[in-house]
Amino acid sequence: MIGWLSRRVLQALFVVLAMTVIVFIGVNVIGDPVEILIPPDADQAERLRVIAQLGLDKPLWEQYVSFLSGALHGDFGKSFVFSEPALQVILQRMPATLELAICAVLLAIVIGIPLGLYAGLKPNSIFAKTAMAGSILGFSLPSFWVGLLLIMVFAVQLGWLPSSGRGETRALLGIQWSFLTLDGLSHLALPALNLALFKVSLVMRLVRAGVREVLPQEYIKFARAKGLTERRVIFVHVLKNIMIPVVTVIGLEFGSTIAFSVVTESIFAWPGMGKLIIDSINMLDRPMIVAYLILIVFLFVTINLIVDLLYTALDPRVRLDSEG
Amino acid sequence: MTLQTPIATASAPTSSRPSPVETPLRRVLREFASSHLALLGLFVLGLIVLLALFAPLIAPQNPYDLMQLDVMDGRLPPGSQSLNGMTFWLGTDDQGRDMLSGILYGLRISLTVGVSSALIAALVGASLGLIAAYAGGRTESTIMRIVDLQLSFPSILVALMILAFLGKGVMNVALALIIVEWATYARTSRGTALVERRKEYIEAAECLVVPRWRILFKHLLPNCLPPLIVIATVQVARAIALEATLSFLGLGVPVTEPSLGLLIANGYQYMLSGKFWISFYPGIALLVTIVAINLVGDHLRDVLNPRRPS
Repeated sequence: MIGWLSRRVLQALFVVLAMTVIVFIGVNVIGDPVEILIPPDADQAERLRVIAQLGLDKPLWEQYVSFLSGALHGDFGKSFVFSEPALQVILQRMPATLELAICAVLLAIVIGIPLGLYAGLKPNSIFAKTAMAGSILGFSLPSFWVGLLLIMVFAVQLGWLPSSGRGETRALLGIQWSFLTLDGLSHLALPALNLALFKVSLVMRLVRAGVREVLPQEYIKFARAKGLTERRVIFVHVLKNIMIPVVTVIGLEFGSTIAFSVVTESIFAWPGMGKLIIDSINMLDRPMIVAYLILIVFLFVTINLIVDLLYTALDPRVRLDSEG
Repeated sequence: MTLQTPIATASAPTSSRPSPVETPLRRVLREFASSHLALLGLFVLGLIVLLALFAPLIAPQNPYDLMQLDVMDGRLPPGSQSLNGMTFWLGTDDQGRDMLSGILYGLRISLTVGVSSALIAALVGASLGLIAAYAGGRTESTIMRIVDLQLSFPSILVALMILAFLGKGVMNVALALIIVEWATYARTSRGTALVERRKEYIEAAECLVVPRWRILFKHLLPNCLPPLIVIATVQVARAIALEATLSFLGLGVPVTEPSLGLLIANGYQYMLSGKFWISFYPGIALLVTIVAINLVGDHLRDVLNPRRPS
């Protein structure tokens, strides 16, 4: 177990390292930082001075080493736009994104699991068929388009919910949150729903498939033969056994929820780090781009690692396999 | 299915082949045609492709010829008349462009980028997958490690990263889509090829000392095609959706070559003031395209899957 764990952690570290190389090469070799940093009317001496000052005259591997040691200290340079350390700017925006992503995942669970259970238990009912057909749409429609429809219907036509910003926030543990005020919650509703739709479809299909698979099993028949109530059979015997894939997928999807919040945040003007990175790319704010990419890669690798560990903890068969 | 069998056997004698057995291609075509929904999808898709191909002939105006535009016609609702008597069936955008013409031209760009990137990705990915399955050993583990690594990141993030490096542009978006998509093809083709390469016809070809590339591309590839075709169909839809998303975010195609995604982005700011048509109709075009492709792909999956319960 220890051997497996250390191998897995080592692998994760290697992935992060490889990605720093890719980001470094992508930003410093494909794009030329000199073109952006030096004003076009600078003379040759001025150019050489700035190049030397930035360390761009050194060999590439030396530049990479200094970039890496800066990154390890959390130093990605100052943002051109905000003139603050890039990492700090991103970390300030992070709670907004996390709040949105967590709400979306919660919505996916609250809506997806009951729908999936129902569709699995009564696959031929009209409601179940409608929900399944709807889930295909949830999969295939681009989320920005669904977001626009939500704004058009709920914000413009009906005027029920606001379409942009975070609304009133309240501090908890020194960080501002929207979900603590009524106004904030109403601002949170549309973006969270938009971000959740894909996950709802996914969770629903997963639960439905699991229920269809578990229902004909012997132990379900046995539980029924024992005279257990249908409720107990469904909520204990069925649900417990389909939770492993569901938990795994929800865990893995948390990462992609954060990635896709790029789109949702841009539509609903949600001031999180997703909107920040789009603005930074459009304004060629290089330190911000680098800091965001490294941070998100790190986040992803960590999430994958945690899900792997959880999976091993939940399902003994995986553990035994990896040892054998 | 049972209803269809007599028809199949009845049509068999009319075919030129002496054997009464239906060829696989005919079986696939017959089963595909049995779904009305899939046929509808195919019909709509065909129509969309034709509209995109002949856009310059069909469109009421060339939306990028500044001589034909009049800013006075800007943001007119659907059905209104232009100053020179033309009817804007789907309204106009802020530059006074006819939305119908804009959509037809936008479809061209969306489809071109989506289809070409999916095809190139298929070519690269399937080849690498086949090579991985056939070569085995270190080659296989290297290729599959890269595939696993890439698939552990969501597609939008990978595309975002590439476009952050390269900047916007039609070619750059296409390149980003290819890099995003090749891994799926590689995984699928390797999976299928691993099963196929153990079969006797490959063994026979190896005994006859057929050159390796010939075994790979003439014997192995054709037999791995069915799942790849299914993946390719769905991936075209995904590529179109992703391109639209990237263009909507302002990272995709440039303003001079607007795809559907960019048209939607242009109208987005007017949506809050109730001028919905600038975003809405390009969105409908995008929606119909993606749903039509998915209908065809979904049914192809059922028809081409050998393990399906019949």
